[in-house]
Amino acid sequence: MNDHADPVIAVRGLVKRFGPVTAVAGVDFDVQTGELFGFLGPNGAGKTTTVRMLTGVLEPSDGTATIQDHDIRTESLLSRAHLGVVPEEANVYLDLTVWRNLMLMAELHGVPRRQRVSEGERLLEALGLAERKLHKARTLSKGLRQRLMLCAALVTAPEILFLDEPTSGLDVASARLIRQIVRKLNDDDGLTVFLTTHNMDEAEKMCSRVAIIDQGRIVAIDTPERLRSAMRSSQYLEVALTGGQVGSPELERLPGTLRVSHEGDRVRLYGEQPGRLALEVARLAEAKGLEIAHLCTHKPSLEDVFLYFTGDRAQEVEQ
Amino acid sequence: MTAYTELAQTWRRQAHGALVIVKKNALLYYLKPPVLIFGVLFPVFFFLAFKMGRPIPAESIVPGMVAMALWFTASAVGPLVTPWERRAKTYERLISTPVSVRAILAGDVVSGLIFGACLSVVPILLGLALTDASIFGAAELAGGIVLGALSFAALGVLLAAPPASSPSNIMLLSNLVRLPLLFVSGVFLPIAQMPGWARWIAPISPLSYAGDMIRSGFGQPTYFPAWLSPIMLVAFTVLLFWGACAFHRRWRAKGL
Repeated sequence: MNDHADPVIAVRGLVKRFGPVTAVAGVDFDVQTGELFGFLGPNGAGKTTTVRMLTGVLEPSDGTATIQDHDIRTESLLSRAHLGVVPEEANVYLDLTVWRNLMLMAELHGVPRRQRVSEGERLLEALGLAERKLHKARTLSKGLRQRLMLCAALVTAPEILFLDEPTSGLDVASARLIRQIVRKLNDDDGLTVFLTTHNMDEAEKMCSRVAIIDQGRIVAIDTPERLRSAMRSSQYLEVALTGGQVGSPELERLPGTLRVSHEGDRVRLYGEQPGRLALEVARLAEAKGLEIAHLCTHKPSLEDVFLYFTGDRAQEVEQ
Repeated sequence: MTAYTELAQTWRRQAHGALVIVKKNALLYYLKPPVLIFGVLFPVFFFLAFKMGRPIPAESIVPGMVAMALWFTASAVGPLVTPWERRAKTYERLISTPVSVRAILAGDVVSGLIFGACLSVVPILLGLALTDASIFGAAELAGGIVLGALSFAALGVLLAAPPASSPSNIMLLSNLVRLPLLFVSGVFLPIAQMPGWARWIAPISPLSYAGDMIRSGFGQPTYFPAWLSPIMLVAFTVLLFWGACAFHRRWRAKGL
């Protein structure tokens, strides 16, 4: 990723207030061309509000943002012309057929007739909706409606695709298909994707960079790998030894050990290089004639990073 | 690209967007059997209710019937389109497309205009077939129908702006506005024969001017000068549409 390239989305001090409540409290970030950018946060953190401002649904209270160099406030129509949007809740016209829904969205974006017809046919085929082309959207399941939403967003040939919790509440097959298609579009066609999600596994697998928003502020932004490595001190080696006892002071003296904790019959040795700690533990066990019953290393997941930055709030919100 | 061609292109795109909205409204809301039946039956029953048992020449009530049918059809669906779309969550999708709120509302107004103007043919044909009424000024009649439908549809779109939790609340508001205006617009009783206070109120209703133009089309005496009614209907359309745009922009994110 070229950090110096012109960003396709540039957000500076974006604020949204609803009366006395500040939903988004001045966020700054850039999204580069061809990036699959994850926007993570607990419920009520300001994810959807940010997306709604960027997609022209809400007027920002303060700050600026540009999409393809078009200001979302002063050149809203031009900025929206580049976008495809898939909201969390599939908001298709239930009384229109699958095909009419698709064509309506393409026509609103001014896609020429020949292009919208051929692209529409191709997308319905790719997303497994071709056989339901003339069915009313009302008859589709939630997963199929979400696929239709994705078709409707893609038929407009967008340069940036906004996906707001696109797989939330979907069956495994539909969620996987949507992820595969988005991934492919990003990899093969270089489509820029702005993905908001709760699903850390999804974000970790798909996103090249993520921002974590909490209480309307960006609390972390980087690649998943770098965010994880920022939490090196929370990496640990978990070990269970049998055939004798080793005291905590002895383990704490092992080179590279930051601290030690006990979890039942297992001991956790925290350190920045759990792999090297494993070697030290093996040497100690051999010297003491102990047997290693369990040994595994743990690196922080994106979920750990998320919980670290959002603290207890994410759990409170969950509860 | 010059500023002029850029502006022309933007207008062309927005006009196209408005036409797509007209098509969407026709498919989703106007070309539904209940709406069409309501649009056709409503004028017929009003006509019969007026005609039966009244010792007045039937042809004298035809312009009033046409104006009333136009009033109810052109402004019938407009107030409900946005609340329906808000409830179905499709409104959010619509306003995230590169079509301006103004173009979306223009599409809603044109939908109401086409629906109202087309269905006004029913009472006209009934009047011509069942009474001695005849058309004396086709231009006045057509002008009254088109300009009237335009201003009524703009009123309907303005009424759709408040962020109501349920479309039925908007329906209530719509009837609270439309029904009183109906009674002071000279549809039931010529404005000249109404009490003084009603004659003061009549000019604030676009229906008064549309009714006058339609009456002129059927060769009947009018209350306002012939030049005033089209000007007032255009003014009402501009004012109501401007208000609709302002309020829809202000409240567009409410209730999403």
